[in-house]
Amino acid sequence: MTMQSTATPVQLLPRRDYVTPVLWVVLFFMVLGVVINLFTNPRWRWDVVSQYIVSEQILAGLATTLWLTALSGIVGIAIGLVTAAMRLSKRAPLRMIASVYIALSRAIPALVLILFIYFFAALVPNIEIGLPFLPPLISVPTNSVITQFAAAVIGLTFILGAHLGEIFRGGVLSVDKGQQEAARALGMPPSTTQLRVILPQAIRVSTPAGANDLISLFKNTSLVSIIGYTELLTTVQSIYARTYETIPLLLVACIWYMALTLLAMGAQRLLERRMSRGFSR
Amino acid sequence: MSTQLTHPAVSCLEVSKSFADLEVLRAISLDVAQGEVVSILGPSGSGKSTLLRCMNRLEQPTRGLIRIHGDPMGYLEEAPGRFRELPERDVARQRRQIGMVFQRFNLFPHMSVLENIIEAPLRVLGSGKAEATEKALDLLARVGLSAKRDAYPEQLSGGQQQRVAIARALAMEPRVMLFDEPTSALDPELVGEVLDVISDVSRSGMTMVIVTHEISFARDVSDRVVFIDNGSIVEMGPPQQVIDHPQEERTRTFLSRVKQAELA
Ligand SMILES: Nc1ncnc2c1ncn2[C@@H]1O[C@H](COP(=O)(O)OP(=O)(O)OP(=O)(O)O)[C@@H](O)[C@H]1O
Ligand SMILES: [Mg+2]
Repeated sequence: MTMQSTATPVQLLPRRDYVTPVLWVVLFFMVLGVVINLFTNPRWRWDVVSQYIVSEQILAGLATTLWLTALSGIVGIAIGLVTAAMRLSKRAPLRMIASVYIALSRAIPALVLILFIYFFAALVPNIEIGLPFLPPLISVPTNSVITQFAAAVIGLTFILGAHLGEIFRGGVLSVDKGQQEAARALGMPPSTTQLRVILPQAIRVSTPAGANDLISLFKNTSLVSIIGYTELLTTVQSIYARTYETIPLLLVACIWYMALTLLAMGAQRLLERRMSRGFSR
Repeated sequence: MSTQLTHPAVSCLEVSKSFADLEVLRAISLDVAQGEVVSILGPSGSGKSTLLRCMNRLEQPTRGLIRIHGDPMGYLEEAPGRFRELPERDVARQRRQIGMVFQRFNLFPHMSVLENIIEAPLRVLGSGKAEATEKALDLLARVGLSAKRDAYPEQLSGGQQQRVAIARALAMEPRVMLFDEPTSALDPELVGEVLDVISDVSRSGMTMVIVTHEISFARDVSDRVVFIDNGSIVEMGPPQQVIDHPQEERTRTFLSRVKQAELA
């Protein structure tokens, strides 16, 4: 006969926790307060919101925002890949160019940068292409090249490209050194090694942070309202400048920004799942 | 081709290698004949991996020249005795005749087993997909992993991963195979399956250079054993001589230490 067989059955209880229930109560009243305000505060002007939310003018502004996001996003990704490759290059001049670019993009506030590019003509009246100290082959007035749209795209890609460049570089550095060695030992030339072995693994690691950047870009397009380019925010501003319905119109913009951001986050999760082929982590 | 018969498969001539101030290889000269199996033994840090990695130029020797079937690795012989360093792309072409198996397998984690094996034949040799797949399946059968063709590396045991890595190297139809401690990262019960595959490859007449701490395996499989210490060859000869009747004190010390470790 053993001791255990006669012992009374044990009862295991969870730790006492008084904090979580209190937090639930606080959360409940916070949500309740917001909901009540949304329904009872007349200054939200839901009638105005519903009047504008799918109006032609707003949708046109939204379309411009999306177009600006898509174009800047694609160009920004390309610049990011090139920047990462340059920073990892064994050729010092390429590394230096990329480092200076990244330092600049970090140091200059986005709003200032966009203004600077838009008013670039004041600094360089004509854009000239040619060899140093020789008459230019091509010369065009800067103002004809840097339109509001061009300034917007250049400004946004300048920031995004540098940021993605650092993210991609981190991704490449995270790939085990043995991967490159295995590829080289199989006789793969450097381009094949990078494209087939390193990049797919680097992109997987970079996807979460990179997708975040693209979602931020969508919202950052609102910065270009500073140079009067007519995207969603500028559209909204021009309407409330006329009607003084400021809050409801800002709400219209917020609703669209939030809805599309949520959609993009869903897409991000799908993408991450797809990229994780062969990785259970 | 007939002239190449006169060349050793691997020929190292006074190869030295330093990392900054650290001299890792000191004027190593070593020839490996075609079809010969050579094992390299030596204490940790003696330069075994570095020598192997110099052979396929993953590492560049500081001095000396390595030829694979007469072809100077990393160089073009512009005129007799004048060697011009080749760009990486051309070195990659030279490496296709040398297969390498790593201690930590280094399979491509984002590719299935089959994709791992056909990747280099497709991209590097320009083989057709059907042809490359057929050859890959033959190799998988040979290493006993036909059932795993669609698995991803992380789903395999270490021993299985290493067998896939061997199949991947063989798919390039190399003339020389290099093994760098192929079983050191494995749980003891998985060592045997990998050693069996390596013995099988050696019986096919492949030229092989194997860095290993498996003394009895080295005795069974090798035509010649090289003992390296501190970047120099201390002793070299048939396994019955170097392993069973070592002439040098350092070899004896090393072997008795390894045997003690195995008993422990
Ligand atoms: N890339 C490198 N940079 C600097 N030192 C290195 C590098 N690679 C190797 N070494 C040094 O060279 C020496 C020899 O290394 P190597 O890997 O060739 O030894 P080994 O004989 O293979 O040892 P082990 O049995 O532990 O694998 C070691 O002292 C190591 O620290
Ligand atoms: Mg080693």
